[in-house]
Amino acid sequence: MLNEIAFLLCAALTLAGAVAAMMLRNLVHCALCAAGAFAGLAAIYLQLDAEFVGFAQLLIYVGAIAILIVFTVLLTRGAEIQPGAASSASSWWKGVPVGALVLACLIWSIMASPSLVRLPSPNVHAPVKQIGEQLMNQFVMPLETIGLLLTAALLGAVVIGLREPRTSEPNS
Amino acid sequence: MTPSLNQYLVLSALLFGIGLAGALARRNAVLVLIGLELMLNAANLNFIAFWRFGPHPEKLMGLMFVLFSIAIAAGEAALGLALVIAIYRHRRTAQVDRFDSLKG
Repeated sequence: MLNEIAFLLCAALTLAGAVAAMMLRNLVHCALCAAGAFAGLAAIYLQLDAEFVGFAQLLIYVGAIAILIVFTVLLTRGAEIQPGAASSASSWWKGVPVGALVLACLIWSIMASPSLVRLPSPNVHAPVKQIGEQLMNQFVMPLETIGLLLTAALLGAVVIGLREPRTSEPNS
Repeated sequence: MTPSLNQYLVLSALLFGIGLAGALARRNAVLVLIGLELMLNAANLNFIAFWRFGPHPEKLMGLMFVLFSIAIAAGEAALGLALVIAIYRHRRTAQVDRFDSLKG
């Protein structure tokens, strides 16, 4: 019973954050609501006994990605001021029906399959020690590849974000 | 009384639908990226739920997949936001429907 209430609270927080992040007009408010939705998801991971992933989600999404989004919003300030409210409201008729259609298909297929109504397997725990051993044994190649990918993404972000050199630089 | 698997799947489907509708409807590039992140998070929630309710949770497969997926999502967010800033510098706008020509 307590578990159910905790799940419903976290789910309500997540969904409210997601809806607010997509609907609000002020971009900073949108970023903060998205951070709330990510935090609610981290709570759901914790409730599902995935402690390491829950804290990783909290660190990466609420800590890093939300801050990155806020920085981008502040650096592209002034972009959201010119278009009026009417132009942003007029594009809702494209997005909402597609989202509702996909949602209806997904929920129909979830409700139609009786094998999904099952209870969790008992006594699941994923200690950090076991995760580390798995990462060093079975998943060592993906881990190295992820390291390479993150390095490439870091360099790419720096190169894309660099200010291009002017052709008539005064000191060059 | 613990929630059953299909409750988590319905939550994930709702999150995916919200993210998809927002990514298609909003015109600011940052909000499109937030919608993408919501959809990625819905997929991650599915992985965790199937791991927890599956027959062999001690093998940690779903958990590992989510760890790698979070890392890739972080890289994607960093690159996407750098692109938004770079385009903003050229075009002075962050609306996706104004990004309509190459070599701006």
